[in-house]
Amino acid sequence: MELNQKIRSYIEDNLVVFEDEAEFTDDDNIFKMGFVNSLFAMKLLNFVEKEFDITVENDEIDIKNFSSVSKIVQLVESKRN
Amino acid sequence: MTNLKEAKCIVWDLDNTIWDGVLLESEKVELKPGIKEILEEFDSRGILHSIASKNNYDDAIDKLKEFGIDQYFLYPQINWNAKSSSIAEIQKKFNFGIDTFVFLDDQQFEREEVASLLPEVETIDALEYAEILKKERLNPKFITADSKQRRSMYQSDIIRNQTELEFKGPQEEFLASLNMEFVISDAAEEDLKRAEELTVRTNQLNATGRTYDYNELNEFRLSENHKLIVCELTDKYGSYGKIGLALVEMNEDEWHIKLLLMSCRVMARGVGTVLLSHIMAEAKKANKRLFADFKVTDRNRMMFVTFKFANFKEVAKNEDYVVLENDLTNIQGYPDYIKVVHL
Repeated sequence: MELNQKIRSYIEDNLVVFEDEAEFTDDDNIFKMGFVNSLFAMKLLNFVEKEFDITVENDEIDIKNFSSVSKIVQLVESKRN
Repeated sequence: MTNLKEAKCIVWDLDNTIWDGVLLESEKVELKPGIKEILEEFDSRGILHSIASKNNYDDAIDKLKEFGIDQYFLYPQINWNAKSSSIAEIQKKFNFGIDTFVFLDDQQFEREEVASLLPEVETIDALEYAEILKKERLNPKFITADSKQRRSMYQSDIIRNQTELEFKGPQEEFLASLNMEFVISDAAEEDLKRAEELTVRTNQLNATGRTYDYNELNEFRLSENHKLIVCELTDKYGSYGKIGLALVEMNEDEWHIKLLLMSCRVMARGVGTVLLSHIMAEAKKANKRLFADFKVTDRNRMMFVTFKFANFKEVAKNEDYVVLENDLTNIQGYPDYIKVVHL
């Protein structure tokens, strides 16, 4: 599976969304799609670190790096290089 | 033994410990004198009971019911396994540190088996059962309304977790089915003991690791320049108790969150974010800038993520903590599945 698909399906499975039928693209802001609570945030962070074998530093834990599938892909790719 | 942590759970053997006699040999066992009162007393102190006994499960439970004491025991392990593995199972269910368990058994063999595999569990000869009321680590420093209700809160958790496991369908539907209500209020005097207890008991979801004692908290409560906020969560199964605390210093142009913490028991409900959203909305309404102290430890990363994902940004670094600021341009609303009430 592509990086973005993995991330997207994780979000789809775990985010408590505002509207059941909502579909979202890689660029949609997930903070507007659903309620990003502390548990989801932590799970997402753990998922990204484990799945892609990276460590996200404290100063990278930031909304702008996690606000959409594309942003998370960017973060992961920048960490891998 | 004074350096032992306060105990949170007592694990009891049954034969010749809770009752005189061996149930497999004769049904006519009798409760040890005073045992019911002892169970009750610990229960009211907020110390939980469980069982590690080698017996037939149904027979033993029936006997406990007959004696009218079955309700005191959570996650009873009545089987033919080693007692160390029973205690390990109980520990996993409660998610308490293993060093907060005490084990009573009349048989030296069982106590030694537990002591060798779980050296952090304190083992006690059942002969001394009447003496343990006086033990220092079984006399908690705080006895609050929440301690008294602790057993029933854990019993509700058992039902909730079971329902959650069995629930088929999207998580939001499950959450909606709980009818959660999150009550945010200014701390009253009777909340202070629980507030102090929370600052001492909570490590994983504490933003600054600061602890305050009763008198300090009372000063904040009465001070015009501070807001001391407590939160309670309830759902259709009952109350989770007072599970959150925040201290906000209010200055002329800015508010400053000095402390924010949440009990681990409500971690899975994501209410930390709700409390932050509430404080952010209030600050915005009052037209103040909003800052927060944060001390990163190896255990509170989840709280850090909560702040950062609520759009807090680091603006200053002190020796042992950072200062975060939220520009209040983007405040997440509350999720539909939780009703938020401000008192």
